Amino acid sequence: VDNAPAPHLPRIDGRQAARRERLAAQRVAIDESTRLPVLVFFASAVSWLLAGSLLADVASIKLHAPWFLSSASWLTFGRVRPAHLNTVIFGWASMAGIGTMLWLMARLSRAELRYPRMLVAAAVLWNVGVLVGTVGILGGHSTGIEWMEFPPYVPPILTAAFAILAVWSILTFHDRREAHVYVSQWYLFAAIFWFPWLYIAANLLLIFRPVTGVTHASINWWFAHNVLGLWFTPIGLASVYYLIPKVLGRPIYSYYLSILGFWALALFYNWNGAHHLVGGPLPAWLITTSIVASIMMLIPVVTVAINHHSTMVGHFGLLRYSPTLRFIVFGAMSYTAVSVQGSLQALRHWNVATHFTHYTIAHSHLGMYAFFTMVMFGSMYYIVPRLTGWEWASARLIRAHFWCTAVGILFYFLALTYGGVLQGLRLNDPKISFVDVMNGTVPYLIARSGAGGLLTVGHVAFAILLAMNLLHLGAPRSAPMLLGDRAEYERELASAQAEGEAALAAGAEEDGR
Amino acid sequence: MNQGPTIFLGALLTFAAAWLGLCFAPWAQLGHLPPAESKKGDVYPNPLVGPAAEGREVYIANGCLYCHSQQVRPAGFGSDKERGWGRRTVARDYLYDRPHLLGTMRTGPDLTNIGKRRPGGGGREYHHLHLYNPRFTQPGSIMPPFAFLYETRKVVGQPSRDALKLPKGHEPPPGFEVVPTREAVALVAYLQSLDRSYKLPEAEGP
Repeated sequence: VDNAPAPHLPRIDGRQAARRERLAAQRVAIDESTRLPVLVFFASAVSWLLAGSLLADVASIKLHAPWFLSSASWLTFGRVRPAHLNTVIFGWASMAGIGTMLWLMARLSRAELRYPRMLVAAAVLWNVGVLVGTVGILGGHSTGIEWMEFPPYVPPILTAAFAILAVWSILTFHDRREAHVYVSQWYLFAAIFWFPWLYIAANLLLIFRPVTGVTHASINWWFAHNVLGLWFTPIGLASVYYLIPKVLGRPIYSYYLSILGFWALALFYNWNGAHHLVGGPLPAWLITTSIVASIMMLIPVVTVAINHHSTMVGHFGLLRYSPTLRFIVFGAMSYTAVSVQGSLQALRHWNVATHFTHYTIAHSHLGMYAFFTMVMFGSMYYIVPRLTGWEWASARLIRAHFWCTAVGILFYFLALTYGGVLQGLRLNDPKISFVDVMNGTVPYLIARSGAGGLLTVGHVAFAILLAMNLLHLGAPRSAPMLLGDRAEYERELASAQAEGEAALAAGAEEDGR
Repeated sequence: MNQGPTIFLGALLTFAAAWLGLCFAPWAQLGHLPPAESKKGDVYPNPLVGPAAEGREVYIANGCLYCHSQQVRPAGFGSDKERGWGRRTVARDYLYDRPHLLGTMRTGPDLTNIGKRRPGGGGREYHHLHLYNPRFTQPGSIMPPFAFLYETRKVVGQPSRDALKLPKGHEPPPGFEVVPTREAVALVAYLQSLDRSYKLPEAEGP
């Protein structure tokens, strides 16, 4: 599907052409080895996305219509909300991320996955863990620890599944035929170590041999923030770093900015956790440290933004055609937005108003949805046809998916951010009664339910597309599904590819990954 | 950067450094904090026992923490003090909290000192009515009803002393009464136990 030499590109010599052919055959073999596990992870992820959306819609409606579904204990807001969070974090986002990671690792190492069936076993185990955990939360067995509410019998299941994934990823990395380790692999390689350390350490210190008091809170938020920083962010960035150059056919702007961005993230993101406790009963040094680290995050964020933007610049017109690029670039821009916002809101003067309000929920959705989820959609648009050998069935459904999710999350973010800031400023004014403050948020909570409904419609559209692709439904197509005119797309793509070819002509090694 | 070991070592060191800072250091500083003891010999805080301890589990199981915080910020930082939620809270107030229930949202009011604000029999009655249907006690509230923690049952012999005095138009059918389940009793016992008003030297000042 990819890298078929286009007629408008400069002629290449016979040796280069032979190498290209060999690499293409290799990619086919690698994709073949990843097909089953990656598709199982993706299909599971999208199923959890639908379940998580349903839980989210129910929770959202309850906040302005508290009588809604209120007669059963398992449907009370305080259970549906953490059930939503955990299904989308561990079910949707993690499984989509793992699928992407497995495929990227194999492609970037130029190595087939060994015994892919073991990875399917890991997916089954992971699904069992998320299902048991979600039922456990709804049944009233939550641990009460935010971001790790799954009952204590679930973490061992997820840890076992993760052990398989970690060993397989390291094996794939070890088997690599490619000497050059691309920036995406640094992120993936780090994430594959960070997440199990983080998850096991947090479980030991919070659930199995729990510390007590405010130390519990500090470790809780060290964990919760690092799930974003050391697990989802590296996977999301790895995907962006791979897919923008891949779709454009030109290399990433700067290798040195990649290095700086990676190490600055490793150094600073780790320390952000206590900014969730600004104003709380913890030592001032601890919270100040996290605020400083949050501000320092501007370094990796700006670095990565410059690197991605400079790769894209001049080729934004391609967003009209490529579904992958459209979702990926939306996600990458949101990463910059959410990170800069995150740095600033850690400041005490900002935090004092926004901390205990719906503003925070808007921020977390800007991160987990507008950034990570959109990047995962983009990755799936690229990866799935290469595994199923079947192109996406309908441009109309892809457009529906994009516009429902893009407009939906923007509306979601604006409504809750505005409502949240208002809520925070009024909360800090003791002349306004608490009930009045709360009632003032209701219009924005209703708007959020509308936005959530729009997101759900987008998810259903994508689920239909994925099901049609897996079942080879729709008309067979010989070329990738585009959202605009093919001839115009190729003309615009040609200028990007010409830059890639120029780099090759100048002596760069062909990157066959 | 083509070396696996370089990335591994870097990932390990950055991770371990922050673990030392955000997990180990607070534990080393506060993990062995003793309770306070007044000249009269009373000790603060005390571990929860009996129904209050059980009620904490009900509080967790039903996710009260997603709307109610249990932390009071210092005077001058927000209006926590002016809203009557109590003095600023400090690490010692939470000695026996496991898991912590500091919370991150104030869709509802802070509950750090709810036991002090609504004490005794009147407080108990208020909480039961409020939990059964929050709009009985607080018109316009968006808190969900927890009627599933109550039981409507036939009166056998004497009516129960714990039966809820529901407002007009919401009473159970004649011959029936609404009584709290064991869980509701425990939850209210927990709420009434929440009192972090003890004068701690480190909580003096703003």
